[in-house]
Amino acid sequence: MDAVSQLQRQFVEHATSLYREGYLDDQFTQLQKLQDESNPDFVVEVVTLFFEDSEKLLNNLATALQQESIDYKQVDAHVHQFKGSSSSIGAQRVKNVCVVFRNYCDEKNLDGCLVCLQQAKNEYLLVRNKLEALLNLEQQILQAGGSVPMIT
Amino acid sequence: MDPSSMVGMKEEEERPHVLVVDDSLVDRKIMEKLFTNSACKVTTAENGQKALELLGQGEDIHTNINHHVPKISLVVTDYCMPGMTGYDLLKKVKESCDIKEIPVIIVSSENVPTRIEKCLKEGAQEFILKPLKQSDVKKLRCQMQFTQPMKGRLCMGR
Repeated sequence: MDAVSQLQRQFVEHATSLYREGYLDDQFTQLQKLQDESNPDFVVEVVTLFFEDSEKLLNNLATALQQESIDYKQVDAHVHQFKGSSSSIGAQRVKNVCVVFRNYCDEKNLDGCLVCLQQAKNEYLLVRNKLEALLNLEQQILQAGGSVPMIT
Repeated sequence: MDPSSMVGMKEEEERPHVLVVDDSLVDRKIMEKLFTNSACKVTTAENGQKALELLGQGEDIHTNINHHVPKISLVVTDYCMPGMTGYDLLKKVKESCDIKEIPVIIVSSENVPTRIEKCLKEGAQEFILKPLKQSDVKKLRCQMQFTQPMKGRLCMGR
């Protein structure tokens, strides 16, 4: 099996497992479909924005939950944003944690919120690593002159 | 110049100009791509205030006078934004003499019937759930085709 085919197979395996394990959902496929020759780095750009945005939000959440007197409305606003951006990217597991997180905000449940923050962070780091690996494989395939298989 | 290329040029100039308003950078980027993929020109704004300025309705009258106001065919705004919400923006557009005819689409990640009703009552053309798909935008694009003034051209349909 030549180098390109091997890379393509790895890509398919990796992408398929991401969907199967719920890290990514159909929205990510939608993003890939939006990419074209006029904007060949679209997915990488959006994903990068998501990473930057997420790291800011996680920091803001940590700060907000460390306050003497916690403003749960503010915490909820950050979670809402995080839920939105993760949903737009197709980062399903992150989004799901955010849903639970918002419920704890409504209840003003600090312990619940802290647990969710940790979970959100973990899920974010997981999906970030996996996406980076996926996009890396894509790059390698393209550089080797191959085309990126579409996962439907 | 042969007629077919002239038509091409005209269509280029008459590409609908969409104003996308959203506080999320990720969503602005995605919506921009969705609309440019559907042959629209896109301008984005991160909040309602900036959107109003781009529509020539900014509070600073000097901004209005000096600013070349692009001809916006459609406003697509997120509902949940800090400060001026999408609903507030919708109201301001519909209350203004100059721009009340511009269709406004509200997008939201939350499916709240009372919210949807409120927006439609205030004059929103449509309420669409996020995240938007290419099919949502294609549908909007077709609708825009038929509400655009044809400027004397015969509408042959697609």
